[in-house]
Amino acid sequence: MSLLAVRNLSVRFGGLKAIEDMSFAVREGEVLSLIGPNGAGKTTAFNAITGYLASTSGEIVFQGRSLRGLNTHQIAALGLVRTFQKTSVFGGRTALDNILIGLHLRGRQTPLAIVMGLPYVAREEQELRAEARRILAFVGLQTRAEELASALPYGEQRLLEVAIALAAKPKLLLLDEPVSGMNPSEKASFMAKLGEIRSLGATVLLVEHDMKTVMGISDRVVCLAQGRIIADGTPAEIQSNAEVIKAYLGERYKRALG
Amino acid sequence: MKAALTLLLLAVLATLPFWLDNAYLLHVVIITGIFIIAAMSLNLLLGFAGQLSLGHVAFFGIGAYASSLAALGFKLTTPFDVTVAPNPVWLSMLAGMLAAGLAGWFIGRLAFKVRGAYFVIVSISFAEVMRLVAVNWLELTQGPMALNNIPPLELFGHAFWKKPENYWLVLAVAVFSYILIRRLVHSRAGRAMIALAENEALATSVGIDVTRYLVLAAVVSAAMAGAAGALYAHYVRIVDPDVFLFVYTVTMVIMVVTGGKGTLAGPVVGGLIFGLLPEGLRAMAIAPEMQWIAYGILMVLVVYFLPVGIVPALRRR
Repeated sequence: MSLLAVRNLSVRFGGLKAIEDMSFAVREGEVLSLIGPNGAGKTTAFNAITGYLASTSGEIVFQGRSLRGLNTHQIAALGLVRTFQKTSVFGGRTALDNILIGLHLRGRQTPLAIVMGLPYVAREEQELRAEARRILAFVGLQTRAEELASALPYGEQRLLEVAIALAAKPKLLLLDEPVSGMNPSEKASFMAKLGEIRSLGATVLLVEHDMKTVMGISDRVVCLAQGRIIADGTPAEIQSNAEVIKAYLGERYKRALG
Repeated sequence: MKAALTLLLLAVLATLPFWLDNAYLLHVVIITGIFIIAAMSLNLLLGFAGQLSLGHVAFFGIGAYASSLAALGFKLTTPFDVTVAPNPVWLSMLAGMLAAGLAGWFIGRLAFKVRGAYFVIVSISFAEVMRLVAVNWLELTQGPMALNNIPPLELFGHAFWKKPENYWLVLAVAVFSYILIRRLVHSRAGRAMIALAENEALATSVGIDVTRYLVLAAVVSAAMAGAAGALYAHYVRIVDPDVFLFVYTVTMVIMVVTGGKGTLAGPVVGGLIFGLLPEGLRAMAIAPEMQWIAYGILMVLVVYFLPVGIVPALRRR
């Protein structure tokens, strides 16, 4: 059964067709990668799915429920959590605070109980802190708990970003170019971490430019070019697909297929 | 260590009227205390939730007027006939907080419709409109003639006429407000406000309903500023449209920014320094214009050398 189904999705900005009639499905438990040259509409698709952009037409269905008309935070509450292409953390707060913010949906404190200082609020805070430390340890940032997020090196900020998303307990995790700008060793350890996230049962929708990464981790790959899906298949199928090669390298390299 | 210092500070503050036997200075301290409460409330909105609302004095003034009117009672004939009998002051103060909180709800809803610089302008205008209403709605507010003979607070048959009593009252409300804000910012709700200020897109991506928490911050902040306004009204016992002057918002912003916005102690430290400084300068017996120049220079120096405020700068040591 598909966890997320995108049906005939179109997004237009004025006359520009950013996404045209896109349909694909993410199956429970898989890692699906969305690839394509710059401007193909990958991030736009992410923004439309997570409610940051209104789609022009088409339908997005998550666990049998249409996401039309839902706000970003409501979509997140359903279990659809994303990261951003540009590194995005709460820079002025410590790494631990960042995760605590990510744990928002797991808290049950009401404003009135907080103001009255009811004992369950303090108890829940303790639990949330312990959980935040567990998540930090999971991504290997436990020694950075008290450091400001903005003071962390780039690769660790990207890990923190994923940790914030994980804290929100996603059923479907959408990662927008998580390894861009990382050095090879950071990339390798990130990919290993992604394998672990997968084994925890999260389904992953990945947008990535780094082909080595994509081919290594994905169960399936969907290739976009100029707003349209041109190929959908296993990494091996995609690598030998003529349309894909044309989109990336141009017409005259078609013979590279041999 | 920190707990001992806090206790010492509280002991000094609680016993102040016993060793400060100068009624005028005590008056200055009371007014400063009232402004510190207002500054703490502004800090919740400006420092933690990150919304630059420059109309904060509106909530202070609404609290002052609503509480005074409910305590004095009033009779309206236009636009419709309303008669309100005088109420006990504790009840009227609650009414003042409620009225200010409602205005805060309105401003909080507005903050998501009108963003950035436009919100700043709209918030300033809101306070100015309130002032014009207070000047011109003679039947209700008596305009520039002011509301006079406002009764002091009366609790358990005891009326707060004397300065030391009013001092303790203000101190109690200030401590209560401080605890309330501390609880709030160290909770899930406070973290949601901070997340909104830091990175709104990321905050919504993890499921935070930013509108809800901004409105919560605005309502709590406004009601607290309203409480400060009500305290002011029943202490000074006269309220005129000048309570809505922009300069009072500026005073609150100075207290918050110099002390350290987004820190709990910031508005208290900034408020004590910039609330009591004019009196300190006057005591040095320099010419009045020099006093304000010195005040301005000190403020510029603090902002220039400690751009994040005094409290964060001290903590970093």
